[in-house]
Amino acid sequence: MFFFTALIVNGIVIGSIYALVALGFVLIFKASDIINFAQGELVLVGAFIGYALLDQLKIPVTFSLGLSFIFAVFLGFVIERIVLRPMIGEPVSSVIMVTLGLASILKGLSRSIWGSMNLSFPPLIPQKTISVAGMPVSYVYLLSFSTSMVFLLIFSLFFKYSRMGVAMRAAANNQQVAQSLGISVRRIFALSWAIATIIAFLGGFLLGTINVISMNLSFIGIKVFPIVVLGGLDSIPGAIISGFIIGILENLAAGYIQPYFEGGAVQEISGLVVLLIILIIKPYGLFGTREIERL
Amino acid sequence: MVSIRPCGDFKNSYEQDEAIFQTRFMKIMVGLFIVFLLILPQFLSPYLLYLANTVSIAIIGALGMNIVTGFTGLISLGQGALIGVGAYTVAILSSKLGFPVWAALPLAGFMAALAGMIIGTPSLRLKGFYLAMATMAGHYIIWFVLWNWVDLTGGPGGIAVRKPVLFGLDLNRDDLHFYYLALPMAILAIFACKNLFRTRVGRAFIAIRDRDLSAEVIGVNLFKYKLLSFFISSFYAGITGGLFAYYMKLINPEAFQLFLAIDYLAMIIVGGMGSILGSIYGAIFIVLVPEILQRIIEYASRFMPLQNIFAPLREIIFGLMIVLFLIFKPEGIAKMWEDAKAYFKLWPYAY
Repeated sequence: MFFFTALIVNGIVIGSIYALVALGFVLIFKASDIINFAQGELVLVGAFIGYALLDQLKIPVTFSLGLSFIFAVFLGFVIERIVLRPMIGEPVSSVIMVTLGLASILKGLSRSIWGSMNLSFPPLIPQKTISVAGMPVSYVYLLSFSTSMVFLLIFSLFFKYSRMGVAMRAAANNQQVAQSLGISVRRIFALSWAIATIIAFLGGFLLGTINVISMNLSFIGIKVFPIVVLGGLDSIPGAIISGFIIGILENLAAGYIQPYFEGGAVQEISGLVVLLIILIIKPYGLFGTREIERL
Repeated sequence: MVSIRPCGDFKNSYEQDEAIFQTRFMKIMVGLFIVFLLILPQFLSPYLLYLANTVSIAIIGALGMNIVTGFTGLISLGQGALIGVGAYTVAILSSKLGFPVWAALPLAGFMAALAGMIIGTPSLRLKGFYLAMATMAGHYIIWFVLWNWVDLTGGPGGIAVRKPVLFGLDLNRDDLHFYYLALPMAILAIFACKNLFRTRVGRAFIAIRDRDLSAEVIGVNLFKYKLLSFFISSFYAGITGGLFAYYMKLINPEAFQLFLAIDYLAMIIVGGMGSILGSIYGAIFIVLVPEILQRIIEYASRFMPLQNIFAPLREIIFGLMIVLFLIFKPEGIAKMWEDAKAYFKLWPYAY
């Protein structure tokens, strides 16, 4: 029973970070219909930038966070302008390919600047644990969980109540009508990429505080696909909820099924098996909108 | 000697219309080119031979990818695992069961074709991105099996592959001998593919790509032809994997990860989707350009300190190539070639 609770708690913490990354992905898809295969690499770059600011330049935490966010905005704008703007109207496979190419570039640049070794953030948070539901949870986990929840809340409120958020939802819903109402869709694209990059950087930062960072971090970009498909590609609450679901499922699979396979990799596969099942049963996910193809 | 084709259509029979080489000049030139390719390796260094072999293998894989994604419009990210299936089939058949190369290689293609057909079944319900996701999930599941079924595949340790012996001649004794296995296979694959798209099956594939609902309306059995497309393209992938296994002599699952599928997708996009020449150009480009640039950087690093961008350079160049091609020439090298030919045909007129 203890084992089970431990897995669930772990799943919730990891799930909160997954939810963040998935949120970034859904944001870009909602605003510009682009499937961002580079989301994992953005998380990777965010983690490494965090490392650079905290460990190499020894900047205190809050400033690091702020600086990395500014860099994220800049990176998001640059990517949107240079890489994605020319891709408007191109077929799906071209767009997928462009984000894959971008992922390659980001990964290669990170590797060349920081090397392939595992790096770790300087210890920011005391190593204590507190007791949750009768089991010790470390401060780090708790902090990362609460940070992601806070940001998820901020973003949900942003989209629901702020002017810019509503404008983004409008543009995602119907670009032409939004334009006719005076919303600058170009600015929306740029903003959505900037926000998604900020979210990815935040996710990278949090992952950096929990674990060591390495090139493998970009695998989260693959893990995000089961999450967004389960939640529905264009649904923000769906992304958040399924982030938690997949996080928990993954941990349960790792806990209970992994011992039967000596090679490992059950954790990664479990998400993808779920993906396959969802695609066969309910391809648009829990909250996605159904695409109806007409001749 | 250069035959000038008269303006207009003067063909009298289906045979003439469907011919791959329309004029005698073309036939002679292609024949000479093939002879040139067969003689060429005698003059090449082992490194260049290695490149030539890699390109030949890549061409077969790119053709397979183009069949399913370029010609039938079904985005498939499963190539990596399917090539792995082909490689492992060859490895297991040749080393554990002692099959000779002329039996193991086609069987590798066949096993990969079966696996590909299974991965491809979601295509009956899904399209575009969702299909890519399903094939990606299929890829990881197959990879998981290769990694974990240690009794069959040797798990992470891999399997050694027995030498491909044909007519008593070891075809992998060195790069030169392997060239004479890889090149004919590539030429065979190219002609088979070209022929495929002269037939009814090929036309059905193209119809499915253009508008599958309409194709069904005119009587193309989507179930049969979509699965057939996956079958044929995975057969190509299996042959690619088999040749790769013979070439590398030792294989393990690490070589067959998702990046392989992305590599091949890049090849057909850079080369030109839906075009056989495009697959060839794309394969050549994606294999050779990073190598060439890496040599240049190595040379330049004697003058400037560029040490630390060595290892990931290939990744960066690869990504950059894809992005630049997609921004500036989304239809690929094949289109560039067509444009160049048209320009010269019409010069000095503009159209």
